This record gives sequence, C-alpha cells and structure tokens, in this order.
Amino acid sequence: MDKPFAITLDVGSSRANKTGSWRTERAVYIDRLSPCSDGCPAGEDVQGWLYEAEEGGDGYERAWRRIMEDNPFPAVMGRVCYHPCETACNRAQLDEAVGINSVERFVGDEAIRRGWQVSVPVPSSGTRVLVVGAGPSGLSAAYHLALRGHAVTIKEAGPMAGGMMRFGIPRYRLPRDVLDAEVQRILDLGVTLELDTKVTDLDAVRGDYDAVFLAVGAQLGKRAYIPAGSAAHVLDAVEMLRDLEAGEKPLLGRRVAVYGGGNTAMDAARSARRLGASEAVVVYRRTRDRMPAHPSEVAEAEDEGVLFSWLTTIKQVDSGRLVVERMELDDDGFPRPTGELDELEADSLVLALGQDTDLSLLDGVPGLVVEDGVVAVGPDLMTGCPGVFAGGDMVPHERSVTVAIGHGKRAARHIDAWLSGAAPEPVVRPELATFDTLNTWYYSDAPRAHRPLLERARRESTFDEVVLGHDESTALLEARRCMSCGSCFGCDNCYGVCPDNAVIKLDRPGRAAYLIDLDYCKGCGLCVAECPSGAISMVPEKI
Amino acid sequence: MRSQVEGSQAVARAVTLCRPQVVAAYPISPQTHIVESLSDRVRTGELADCEYLLVESEFGAMSACIGASAAGVRSYTATSSQGLLFMAEALFNASGLGLPVVMTVANRAIGAPINIWNDHSDTMAMRDCGWVQLFAESNQRAVDLHLQAFRLAESLSVPVMVCMDGFVLTHAVEEVDLPTQDEVDAFLPRFLPQQQLDPEEPVTIGAMVGPEAFTEVKYLMHAKQLAALDEIPVIAAEFRSRFGRDSGGLVRPYRLEDAETVVVALGSVLGTIEDVVDEMRELGVAIGALGITCFRPWPAAEVRDALHRAARVVVVERAFAVGAGGIVGQNVRDATRGLPLVVHDVVAGLGGRAVTRASLHRLLEDVVADRLDPARLHFLDLDIALVERELTRARGGRRPGPHAESMLREIGTVASGAYD
Amino acid sequence: MTFQEIKLYQTGTFVVGNRLLDPQQRSVQARTGRSNSLTSGHRACQGCGEALGARYVLDAAMRATDGRLVAVNSTGCLEVFSTPYPESSWQLPWLHSLFGNGPAVASGVAAALRASGRDDIRVIGQAGDGGTVDIGFGTLSGMFERNDDVLFVCYDNEGYMNTGVQRSGATPPGAATNTTKVLGHHPGNAFGQGKSVPLIAMAHEIPYVATATVAELRDLEHKVEKAMTFRGARYLHVFVPCPLGWGAASADTIKLARLAKETGIFPVFEAEGGQVTEVSRIRRQVPVEDYLRPQRRYAHLFGDNPRPDVVARIQAGADRNIARFGLLPEGDA
Repeated sequence: MDKPFAITLDVGSSRANKTGSWRTERAVYIDRLSPCSDGCPAGEDVQGWLYEAEEGGDGYERAWRRIMEDNPFPAVMGRVCYHPCETACNRAQLDEAVGINSVERFVGDEAIRRGWQVSVPVPSSGTRVLVVGAGPSGLSAAYHLALRGHAVTIKEAGPMAGGMMRFGIPRYRLPRDVLDAEVQRILDLGVTLELDTKVTDLDAVRGDYDAVFLAVGAQLGKRAYIPAGSAAHVLDAVEMLRDLEAGEKPLLGRRVAVYGGGNTAMDAARSARRLGASEAVVVYRRTRDRMPAHPSEVAEAEDEGVLFSWLTTIKQVDSGRLVVERMELDDDGFPRPTGELDELEADSLVLALGQDTDLSLLDGVPGLVVEDGVVAVGPDLMTGCPGVFAGGDMVPHERSVTVAIGHGKRAARHIDAWLSGAAPEPVVRPELATFDTLNTWYYSDAPRAHRPLLERARRESTFDEVVLGHDESTALLEARRCMSCGSCFGCDNCYGVCPDNAVIKLDRPGRAAYLIDLDYCKGCGLCVAECPSGAISMVPEKI
Repeated sequence: MRSQVEGSQAVARAVTLCRPQVVAAYPISPQTHIVESLSDRVRTGELADCEYLLVESEFGAMSACIGASAAGVRSYTATSSQGLLFMAEALFNASGLGLPVVMTVANRAIGAPINIWNDHSDTMAMRDCGWVQLFAESNQRAVDLHLQAFRLAESLSVPVMVCMDGFVLTHAVEEVDLPTQDEVDAFLPRFLPQQQLDPEEPVTIGAMVGPEAFTEVKYLMHAKQLAALDEIPVIAAEFRSRFGRDSGGLVRPYRLEDAETVVVALGSVLGTIEDVVDEMRELGVAIGALGITCFRPWPAAEVRDALHRAARVVVVERAFAVGAGGIVGQNVRDATRGLPLVVHDVVAGLGGRAVTRASLHRLLEDVVADRLDPARLHFLDLDIALVERELTRARGGRRPGPHAESMLREIGTVASGAYD
Repeated sequence: MTFQEIKLYQTGTFVVGNRLLDPQQRSVQARTGRSNSLTSGHRACQGCGEALGARYVLDAAMRATDGRLVAVNSTGCLEVFSTPYPESSWQLPWLHSLFGNGPAVASGVAAALRASGRDDIRVIGQAGDGGTVDIGFGTLSGMFERNDDVLFVCYDNEGYMNTGVQRSGATPPGAATNTTKVLGHHPGNAFGQGKSVPLIAMAHEIPYVATATVAELRDLEHKVEKAMTFRGARYLHVFVPCPLGWGAASADTIKLARLAKETGIFPVFEAEGGQVTEVSRIRRQVPVEDYLRPQRRYAHLFGDNPRPDVVARIQAGADRNIARFGLLPEGDA
C-alpha cells in the first residue's frame, strides 16, 4: 500500500512511545501474608495449599504436599485442630470463614486413601538426634529432622506413639486408623521409634546423640484439694481417657460430674455419656463465654446431652453427691464465692483441671532451667543446655496439638541450624493481608458448607467419629471459597484492566505469571485497585 | 449513441457507465433527477454491484462516500447549493484524506434568501476545499467530464466535482452522444485505491498531525493539485483519441487569435457568450472568449497564455465575494499580473436570472468603448433604480426591514401585507 | 446476566480470567493471544476508561470476526490519543474522518464491502458520547433507520473531555463541567429529561441494542459477540469513567463503573428489535451517594453548602431506572 504521508500510519507504531516515563508510582507484585497462614500454629501456608486444592484433581496431592512441608498430620489436623486459621479468615467479614479445616481433612484423608508418601530429599547428614516423647511435637520434630537427613531416634515411655493425640483425644474425635496412618508415614522415613522406653535420666543418654529434642508433654492431671468422703469416687480425666484408650472401661456410675472447663473436660464428659452415664454434668466456676474449651466442642457436648453447671465450685465430694458453691463474677471477670451452697447428685467426679509435666528425667542436665513446672527455652526452643531443645506442652506456651506440631517443626529447623553451625534461615513475615487490602467484589457469593454430623443416637452410645468429612465436590467448593488473601491466584484482572496493556501475561500456568511492562505502565493503579487478593502494591518511583 | 435526453438522465447514465459501487445521496433541487435516475438504475440492475445509500443528509452522503472510498470502492454523490455547504466539513476531509470521490454539483444559489435557481455561489464557496472543480458548459461536456473526473480522481487520489448549471443544464433536453459501456470500460480502468481499509494489510487512516508535519501535508495536497494541471490535459487528449471529441482540458479558448477583448466565463453561459462573440466579430470587433473548464486547480499559466495578447478581459461570473468582488476575476488578475491589460469583474445571472445576448451585447459594447469602470464591480442587468430606492429607504430608519421583502413589494412581485 | 454466570469458581463472573475455568470459557481479555486492537504507547490519561473500553470491545469483536474487522472512529479523545502522527496505537484497519460523521462513514464502509462482495469483513463505528448523542446523532439515526450493517459503539464518559471537559448531551444532572460550573445558584448541569441513545436506538427497532460498563468485562464481551451474530444496525453503549473529567482517582475507573451500575444510575440491559430482553441486575445495591462522593464533579453536593435536594433527585433518577428496567437483585424485585 502506498500510504499517504502522515495521515496514514502503520498499525501498532505507538509502541515506540514509551509512556512509562509518565509514571510517578509503579505497580509491584507482592505477597502479603494471609491471616490464615499467619494464624496457623503449625506454620502451614494455608492459603498456599488451598490454592492448589482449588484446582481439584491433581491439585489435592499438590495441596497435601504443601501441607506436608510444614505439618505431617493433615488428616489429624483436619479433625482435632481448633483452626485459628478460620478465626482469622478474612472471609468471615464477607459471609463466613472458609472451612479450611474440613478441606485439610479431605486432603489428608485422600492422602491416606491413595497412599501418598513423602521421601527424604537429601543425603544422610550423619548426625543423630534423640527425640524424647512420641507425641505430636516429638513426631513432628522427628519428621522434619528426618527430611533434613538426620538419623532420628524417638524414645517413648508409653506402649504406642501419638501422645495426647491417642491418649487424650477420644476416638470419636480422632479415629485411630487415621492417626496410625500418619504416624506410620513418619516412621517410614527411617525414624527409629522405641516404645515403652522411658527416659529417666537424660543426662545419661544425651551423650549418644548430637542433639536432643524433649517433648514429653504434660500428662499428669492437676489435683485440687477437695474434701472427700471415704466412699467418694474421684478420677482424673487424663487417666480416665488413657485407660479408655488402653481398653479399660472406668466405672463411673449413672451420674458423672466433670470438674473443669477445658477441652479435656468436654472429652471426659462426652466419653462418660458414651460409657453409659445417663447424666454427665460439667461443673465450671465461671461462665460459658469464659470457658477455655473450644465452642464447637461445647456445642457438640451439649448436643449429646452433656449438662453444664456454670459459676459453680465443688466444696466437698461424698458418695453419690457433691456439695457445690455458687460463684459470681467480679468486675474483673474473676469468680468470687457467694457462700450459697447447693448439692449435686453424682456417682463419680472426674477432675479435668489441667495437666502438669513430669520433669524428673531432666535432673542433672547442666544449664537446663525449669520454671513454674515447665522448661525455659529461648526463641529457638533451645533449653539452657546447648544442644538440648524442648517443645510442646512442656514449654511455656498455649497447649494444643497444633502448637505442639509447630514446635516440632520450629525445633527441627533450629536443631538443624545448630548442628550445622549456621544461623537458621530467617523467617520472612510479610505485611499482613488485611481485609481492607482485598477487593471482595470479585469473589463468588458462596455460603459455607458445613460438615455433617453423626446422628445423635449413635453419638450417645458409640465412639464412632462424630464429625464426618466432605465429599469431593463439597470440599472443592469450600476450597474455592478461599480468597487467596495477599497472593496472586491467576485471575488475570491486572492483565485485563490495564488501559495501557502494560501487564504482560507470561504463557505459563500458576501464580505470578505476570510482569509489569515498565515501558508503558503509566502508574494509574487500576491493577492494584482491581486485584481481588491485594497482591499488587503501588510504590513511589524514584525521580 | 446520440439521443435527445435530459441533462440529469445523461449524467446518470454516464455515472452508471463508470460503475461506481457506492452511491450515497440526499435529494436537493435541482440535483434530484440525477439521483432519482441513479436509484432506478441500481434497482433495475442496470448499475450492478452498487449500493445506493439513502442517507439522511448531504453531510451523511459525503461521509458515506468517504467511508466507501476508504474501503476501496469507487464512490459517487451529487448535490446542490445548501447541500454542498452542508457537506463542507466532509469535503475538506475527503480531499485531506486523498479519497477519489466524484460528485456532481448541480449549481444553485445559496440562501438566504432561499432560491433554487442557478448560479455558482455554491461551488465558489467551496473553491478552497481541496477538490478539483470541473465546469461543464453543455450536457455533452457534463457527460464527458464525469468519465474524465473518475479517471483523474483515481489516478491522483484526489476528489473531483463536476459542476453543471442547475436547471439550465440538468433539466434541459439536448442531444447527447452517450458512449457505450465497452468504450467507458476501456477508458476508465478498475479502481485501484492508493490506500484501503483491509484486514490483510491494516493501516490507520486519518491520523492527527500537529505543527511538525501539518504544513508538509498541506504542501503535498497543493502539489497533488498542481499535478492535476498536468494530468487533466493528458486525460483530455486520450479522451479525444478514444471518443473523437474535444472535452475537458483546463481552458477552452474561443476565437482568441487576434482578440483584443476576451470574455472569461464558466459553465453554460459560455454558449451565449460565444454567440455574442460571433455576432460582434461579424461587426468587426476583435473579441473572443475563454472558457474555464478547470477552476480548481487554477490553471494560471494556461489562462495567462490565453490572455497575453488581449487588452481587455471581462470576467462574467455567476457568483461573487460579497464585500470584496469577483472571485474568478481575482484569479484572472492574479494569472495576468504584469500584463498590459484591464480586467473587468461582471457579476451576472445570480439566482437564476437569465444572461441574455442583449445584455451581453450592451455590456461588451461598453467594455470595448472603455465605458466600464474597471475599478468597480459591475452587476449585469442590475435594477439600479430599485436598489437606490431601497438604499435611500434604509438610510431613513434604523430598521428598514428585509431588503428582499421590500424590493419585491416595490416591483409588485408579491403583495405582502406585512408592512402595509 | 445474559450469559452463563460463573459459580463455584472462587472468583465469579466479574473477574477477567479464572485459571479454574476451561480456556474456552475465559474472557478474550484473559488470553495471551488477544488482539490488543488498541496497543501500548497511546496517550490516554492514566486510568482511562475509554482506552480500556475500546480495547475490550474491539478485541472481542476481532475474536468474533476472526480478525475480519474494520473500525471507523469519530473525532474525540479516543481518536486523538491513539493516532498522533507519526504513531498509531491501532492494530486493525481504522479510519477517522470527522466528529459528527462516524456512523455515516461506517455505513459507507459497510456498503462498499457489501457491494464488492467482501461483507465477511464486519464494520464497527465508535465514538465518544459527544460524537454519538450530540454532533453525530443525525448520522447515527440515519444509520439505524437504514439498518446498515454496522455495530456502532458509544464510549460514554459523559462529557466533552477531549476539548477540556465541557457538558455534552450525556452529562448527567448535577455534574459540574467547564460549561456547567457551580456558579451562583446553579447546581452543575441542569436536570432535563435526559437523552438515552440506547432507548432512542430501540425506537428505531434495530436488531440489537445493549448497554455495558468497563466493570463487567464478560458481559461486555458477550454483548459484542452477540452483536456480531446479527446483520444490520446494532448499538452498544459502554459506560467509561473519565478520571480527568470527573475528578476521580485514576485507580477508581472500574470501581466507579461498577457503582454506576450498582446504584441504578446506569442501567445495563439488552434489547432486540426494540424490546428489552435482558437486564443485568444489581448485585449489591448502594445509594447514589457512594457513587457521587469519589468524583470532584459532584463535590459541590457535599461541601460546605451541601445539596441533599440535588442528591435526592439523582437518587430518584436511579430509582426510576431500577423500577423501569427491573434492576433489583433476584428475589428483591
């Protein structure tokens, strides 16, 4: 074509005009920390594995492997974790939190069903690490240490691995085949497990190892002084649950009182119902909203017919009855006795007042400090004795399975660093992806799917699992309710909304498949405003 | 084939023979017979493979032609008077984009006062719009010029308007020799656009050009018009060899050999002028005529060459620049600058007033006898008494009312009671 | 919504792409191979809604026509910022003639293509609101009435922005522009009967009329593609916020388009043969104030001398749209 001068132009020739020079701010892709990941005591990249699970199909295995990078117990977590991730979830401000826990359970169960395994990706380091205690913290540490090539030996005092996961949590909350499968997967990495091997003198054995991780837990039920008649039947909740797991059926009578307001109290009361108690009543000195037990457990207990006696302390235990005193809360929320006494019929009393740790094995370990019944540790979980680390219920921290698992992972990282003499890789904690960084317009309206519960009659008479799992389509839907707070999930909005075509979409799958074309980006900020997940930020241009 | 035919029908037939593919037109007197006829010819299939767009205005008509031409097809429209002015913006655009649209202008006066009769005010108002302007003095010439107009437009990528006097030509039945389709096809090749909207080879047509290149673009438009001054005679020569007629070209001298007095004019009035020249020659007056066929581009060299032996030039024109003077006259003066001759501007035949042989005789006798003041703009057959009375009346009051109304009342043409 | 809504896919209907969907179901704008009919290097302001809208429309049309497309552009911002010599941002055959003649030029192109047997090539005419509702209105109506085979697209930014923000026939009541300044007692632009070219287009009973916004890409693309299934005159009116002319943040362009729809200020609908066939319902209704406040052209309604009366009239106008088109969410109607 013989184009006339100036009035007729070649197509696309404006690409010679680099409008990027107009810019005073530039768009930058970032990763903010999602509140779920921020809230996970086990340090899971929750948002990260949900991203994989959202894809369904092969995505479930990728999701599982992402969980396994941080936590070797997805199927256990999906049942017993009190999911602080959901408490933190931004979606709660839109409709209802994502059912993260239910997706984790689905993924974890899929792994067991399909036999997915992990393997040690590095050669043997030649170092030996002793882990004392095969509870969640010890198993977690063993798993992460094994993945780093260390030879791990777990010495466990009890007859089976699992710690409080087995002897504290009833099987209606955590079926044992699930626990066994996830423990076995850890052992399959080459971890040596020595059962019925109580370490009584650490100082005597620690020389055989390059490092030690202590995770003996807290399984001594706390005692409270309550005057008791000779015929009074008083049990300890921890012991009761442990006996139950060992196949014994504690004699509780028809009416059972449980003293305490924590999750163990709920477990004891609910187990009592299953063991045939026609009446199980939880006696707690404060009010429902101040109970440390997780609301879901309280609700399930109530649903199963467990009774509650709030603002009540037990003054005396006799055969067949308790003398109780009514309490009231003062202005600071502390319970104060009122002097008003009452009676409560009870054939037995189960004490669930918290647990202590048996620290006798630590005698003589140089430098190791015990304060308030727990072991003092630094931020790296190392005790005062170099090379001896501790975690889980035996160190000063909130006590839960998930926290313990997190300790195991953290300890493993620091033990590894300590063994190599290097500083551990710093943990980067990006800015939090708060709700106001999101553009929630773009997310589908999708109400949460709740997991089905076992029918009540069977819950009152059997130890069958109460909370059932999602089927695949429901789990997938729930995963897709995730808003991927703070991270790109490949929605193409930035690529689409740029008036200057200054976002380059790389022809590859997955996240972060975009680049800002600074030749043309004018810095309008539309991509930032329209990014659903807040994964782009404007930063001032150096002028 | 020779036949007695109305001018509009002849032009419609000529346009049909040129095979335009888009005709877009809006009716206005006295162009209507042309577009009605073309509409018929499209509907009957005589003009095949052609879309006739019944547009909503002349602005739309020219715009559609712009689009059609840019899409690479031969496109045509016709208009008159107000319609041409309503197209004004699009006329400049078509020429600026170098789109070879061909248009017939059935010349008509511009209002107010509204007047449907012939003069050249419309095309003269648009003389600087970048179009080639060819003027027909007969229906035969009108037919021939249309053939040449398409050829010229497409060879240079420039739009061309063929101007023919409204009613005087458009509605006159004369004998016209209409060429055959084969003859026209041999003369006018297929349209090969210089530029075209084409998905196979996309371009951006109609860019915005700033001070850095605007002058150059305009210079190139000017250069293209100057190139037309070379191209038009070439096309006219080929036309003569194919059709055996002298038609087209830039100017048409008539008995200029020894003429001391030369009448310059455009359009159908030339026929009358040539008759008067013949009659005066009979009386021994050394007089001739120069017909301007191509007014834009202005053939200054040809005009100068034709007039260089004359002592007096009378430009008889059917339009003028109000408040300034003759338009063609100004161009003639420019072309003859430095030559020892006098140029008279005579405005004649406005709004359909007949230019009679008697009036021309009187005028030219005055010119030959040097009785006409060359410094003044002369109006042929002006009713001096009437305008004097009106001017006097106007001097008497601040609000004299419309001149037209009171003058018509004065001469008894209308009996408006509005001012009684 | 006139196309299949996206459910259960994390992000829904409003997002540009979605990795969880089949590639065929993703928007044209999500594709790496999209035409970029209006490419980089153009001189539109930061956050220009019209630049965005034009690319959305033309890329969708390019896909629908397999690249057999020609565009005619009236004078205006879009034309000026895309084609200053010596650079063009267009990547399709494109013609600019004048301000008021885009529809007629497009008609001419379509006629030429039909006459020469190339009517597999489709024609889009495009203009801003000035070139559509005002100066180009006559030629547009002519194109509609003749039912010429052109899709005409109006990118409505509610004013003469190219000339420095003056009022157009599409400027909404109460808005301040440089010819409707807030001086004396004048509250910005006057309240009139409005000039809805979509409704006027429907009165021509042309095959297809639709409105859309740059905030609903899939809806917009669907309408372009649907328009391309018809022969004859079609009209698409796209709401494109103008950061400069409206006094809004450049990052707010899509948000404002979204709010215009969610308030009921800009009804999004489709019509065939003069009858409304679909409306895009409001998803999360908000008061007009949410839409007005981020725009400096309405600042006088909320300043030291607030004009709740004017805001109430604007709300009443939105409510009329809601009632007229049935815009309330499903179940609320």
